[in-house]
Amino acid sequence: MTIRYPYKGHGLAGFDRISHSHPAAQLVGWYRAMLRIRRIEEEIERRYHQDLMKTPIHLVIGQEAAAVGCCSALRPTDLVYTSHRTHGAYLAKGGDLGRMLCEMHCRINGCVGSRGGSMHLIDKSVGMSGTSAIVGGAVPIATGAALAAKLKQDDRVVVVFLGDATTEEGVTAESLNFAALKKLPVIFFCENNFYSVQSPLAARQPPRDIRAWAETHGMPADSVDGVNVLAVHETVRAAVERARTGRGPTFIEVAVYRFRAHGGAGDDSKTGYRAEAERVAWEAVDPLHLFGDYLTRSATLDAAAIQTMESDIAGEIAAAFDLALASPHPTEDDLYTHVYAD
Amino acid sequence: MPWDEGLVNSLVYDRPDPAEGRVLSYVRAVNEALATALEHDPSVFVLGQGVDDPTAMFGTTKDLAARFGPDRVFDTPLSEESMMGVSTGAAMNGMRPVFMHNRPDFVLLAFNQLVTHASKFHFMDNGQTTVPMVVWAAIGRGWGSGAQHSQAIHGMLLGVPGLKIVMPSTPYDAKGLLLSAILDNNPVCVFEHRWLMKKDGVVPEGAYRVPIGKGIYRRRGRDVTIVGASHAIELAFQAATSLSSDGIDAEVIDLRTIKPLDEAIVLESLKNTGRLVVVDTAWMKGGLCAEIGCLAAEKGFTDLKAPVVRIGLPDIPTPAGYTLEQFYYPDAARIAAAARELVRA
Repeated sequence: MTIRYPYKGHGLAGFDRISHSHPAAQLVGWYRAMLRIRRIEEEIERRYHQDLMKTPIHLVIGQEAAAVGCCSALRPTDLVYTSHRTHGAYLAKGGDLGRMLCEMHCRINGCVGSRGGSMHLIDKSVGMSGTSAIVGGAVPIATGAALAAKLKQDDRVVVVFLGDATTEEGVTAESLNFAALKKLPVIFFCENNFYSVQSPLAARQPPRDIRAWAETHGMPADSVDGVNVLAVHETVRAAVERARTGRGPTFIEVAVYRFRAHGGAGDDSKTGYRAEAERVAWEAVDPLHLFGDYLTRSATLDAAAIQTMESDIAGEIAAAFDLALASPHPTEDDLYTHVYAD
Repeated sequence: MPWDEGLVNSLVYDRPDPAEGRVLSYVRAVNEALATALEHDPSVFVLGQGVDDPTAMFGTTKDLAARFGPDRVFDTPLSEESMMGVSTGAAMNGMRPVFMHNRPDFVLLAFNQLVTHASKFHFMDNGQTTVPMVVWAAIGRGWGSGAQHSQAIHGMLLGVPGLKIVMPSTPYDAKGLLLSAILDNNPVCVFEHRWLMKKDGVVPEGAYRVPIGKGIYRRRGRDVTIVGASHAIELAFQAATSLSSDGIDAEVIDLRTIKPLDEAIVLESLKNTGRLVVVDTAWMKGGLCAEIGCLAAEKGFTDLKAPVVRIGLPDIPTPAGYTLEQFYYPDAARIAAAARELVRA
């Protein structure tokens, strides 16, 4: 099988030029955030076969730079909505790890009380506001949240994470149209990972530029290399600035690759829907490794600092799993609450 | 003027006595509820195709855009699903949208957002978010409305947890239930009926609420219970009048809300009369008629002196032509005949 979707970016080439405008501590913070997401995902994956997490999982391994680059450009009060692939955005926006793992272990102190599972991680205290397991479902909701922000004049910006297949849903076109019409403070952050479950982009869309498609709805649209955390950050930052100053929505296409299957643990390339060589080629530009190498080469980080980071993160993850496994299960009474609001 | 205005104008209802209070049309009552809500609560806004056009959603939104401005009363793109999601997202973030459709048929385009999103979020995020929104639509009938402009879809929504559904039958209720719906912290569907729009009634000024989830006796009787909501109550009354000339005393229950259902009033009345005729403006199968029939069987079986009778639409799409329509829609005579048969059996 040949490589259908080769990496077309330039790695972190040119990174130096823009990284100087960012303090070293900020770059290190982003690296740590990406590393943390990677290690959390790996630990979830490692334990998944134990069946203690009775929830579908959609891992973001390979897509960490997109989540961190995006959320680092937002304020805590800004709102994020996502699809079913929630882990990256939830963690990058500052969602609580312990409550995330409690949720995934179906415990009552999970972030949504064991009503959502992995596809519905929410932490409103940090603006992680809502998700949908229906492709495109969160797009109009985020648009409505932006309408509320505009009507209330509270200068919040809303970001909705969507995928390439979401651009095929009618409701997405409807929502882009409305957001442009009303100049809403919303950013459509489209992670194009070239596959919807196992269906390649080419089976679903004619050869076209998603960015150009978005632009026809009357808003500026950008394409950015999702391997490059700084490029993602800068692109989102410009869109946030536009949105916050009343100049309306932006669509951003981010080229990424998921190193794992659509759902569950491990990669499924061997089933034949995509070439294993394709995944391997993208792993050669693993956003976490490229960034780590860059920071080491530029002497921003050394091996000892990375080792400290690794062990701190490992300790945090172990403690969070311990908390989840020690937490109580819901009782039957918990089923009957919050069907209606008072 | 909408194409069916002449038909609706021709429907004659009993005129209330002005001595009982201020008389207002159903349309004006809805308009007054919207104006009252917009005036008292800055988080309320009204959207929908044509809410600010000259026909103003049958007149229900008349003058609102001019009075409250284009940010609070605005026309929308023809994007039902997205607008339902936009309403949901706004409601989740402190607003109280009223999303108006001139027919329930258009709500079907937005079922993904209504059924799978708006009604579920409060439960799904463990009560952190509320979704206080109103979805308003007027059921059509007659003048060629046909299969795609006259659907009464409330039966399909009865099985959706988290939703509330109200169906007013009088101008008083149209205002009071709409105000309750707007103030409710859940998604509430308000299904009006086009044939009630020119009905007059006594409507108090200012804000008042008709409670959601409570039915009301419109007529007390001892022989047979006729239960329904919305325009079905108009037909039930006509049937009750005709029955009384035969010496049959019918009780009429207006459910006002069909979800959550006031089971107690139905069971109480059934205990009193022992006979039940359920009337609905929608299809008989799988909807309100079926639900109430099942309620009687499950919880009122020992009170039943005769089988429950359902009067609703047959399992057939609505025909557009005038003659076929006459065979399709049940009328007061059919309700009366069914009740008569029950009592005499």
